Amino acid sequence: MLIEDKIVRDFVKNEISFVTTVPCKQLAGVIDKIEDSKDIYHIPSNKEDEGMGLCAGAYLGGKRPAIIMQNTAIGVTINTLVTLTQFYRMPLPMLISYRGELGEPVACQVEMAVHTKALLNQLHIPTYHFHKEDDVEELDKILQYTFMCNKPVAILTDATFWKGY
Amino acid sequence: MIRSEILKELKPLLSDQLVVCNIGLPSQELHMIDDQPTNFYMLGTMGLASSIGLGLALCQKEKVIAIDGDGSVLTNLGTLPTIANNTADNFILLIIDNGSYGSTGDQPTYAGKKTSLTDVAKACGCDNVVECRAENTFEVMKEALLGNQMTIIVCKCESGNVKVPVITMDPVVIRDRFMKAVVSKNT
Repeated sequence: MLIEDKIVRDFVKNEISFVTTVPCKQLAGVIDKIEDSKDIYHIPSNKEDEGMGLCAGAYLGGKRPAIIMQNTAIGVTINTLVTLTQFYRMPLPMLISYRGELGEPVACQVEMAVHTKALLNQLHIPTYHFHKEDDVEELDKILQYTFMCNKPVAILTDATFWKGY
Repeated sequence: MIRSEILKELKPLLSDQLVVCNIGLPSQELHMIDDQPTNFYMLGTMGLASSIGLGLALCQKEKVIAIDGDGSVLTNLGTLPTIANNTADNFILLIIDNGSYGSTGDQPTYAGKKTSLTDVAKACGCDNVVECRAENTFEVMKEALLGNQMTIIVCKCESGNVKVPVITMDPVVIRDRFMKAVVSKNT
């Protein structure tokens, strides 16, 4: 089974039915599968904090949301994560493309990569890092955990996990 | 008319509707005028009332009114294309456009200068955009609630604030009672 299919399958298994995305080359395959899924409403957003607002609304409406974005978005969304998602105690799985890791061809991406885990740690956001293909096996449990504890949870997926850029 | 007077006038229309209200004075004024479990007050995160409102409208059947300001819409201008391209006919976005950042001391916004949010919303693809004077807001909102079409209302009003206490309610309480109200309105 393709990693993309496995990810979408676990989303659906965990009743995630509202997914917002900001484009990413590494995550393009997953975004396509989300768009194709009949169980998921896909709503592309123009910026990641806007997307987190949409997800908060979906959660208030009784649906389970998720966001798909790049790690650069951590810089964009700190205020929203803290004053909306965490302050009101809302669950939010964040499937994140961990750009700037081994295999990265674009130097500028490394500048945000070196801050990514430190920022997530500072924000007390539970963080999982998918590096090897088998790591995806934990996704189902991570999603269950997210909706159990009502927190934003980060799943960093690097280039090695995706088998290259 | 200033924002608090508009909210007072809208009270009978808003009371039993799901309302997502903008950060700062708008939420504090709504809370003081008519606190309801059907109100979701934003205590932080400027600019996201319209996004939260749209997400909510897309995920359940009841009507949703997002009360926003011109400054907050300018902060999250990307919201308008998203609203235009994800039709939720149960969604009403009320932009109270007083041309100023009221909660921070009435600094002027560009919406009070050359930028027309009505034209911006139309250019973003929003089909049903109504600009009105503050005095006509009640009628325009009444019509929007009777209709079954996504509506953006741009209400042009004067800037100015009244003294209001901050909201001390815990955010989780606001969220919990709001979610229960959503469930009960949908059943």
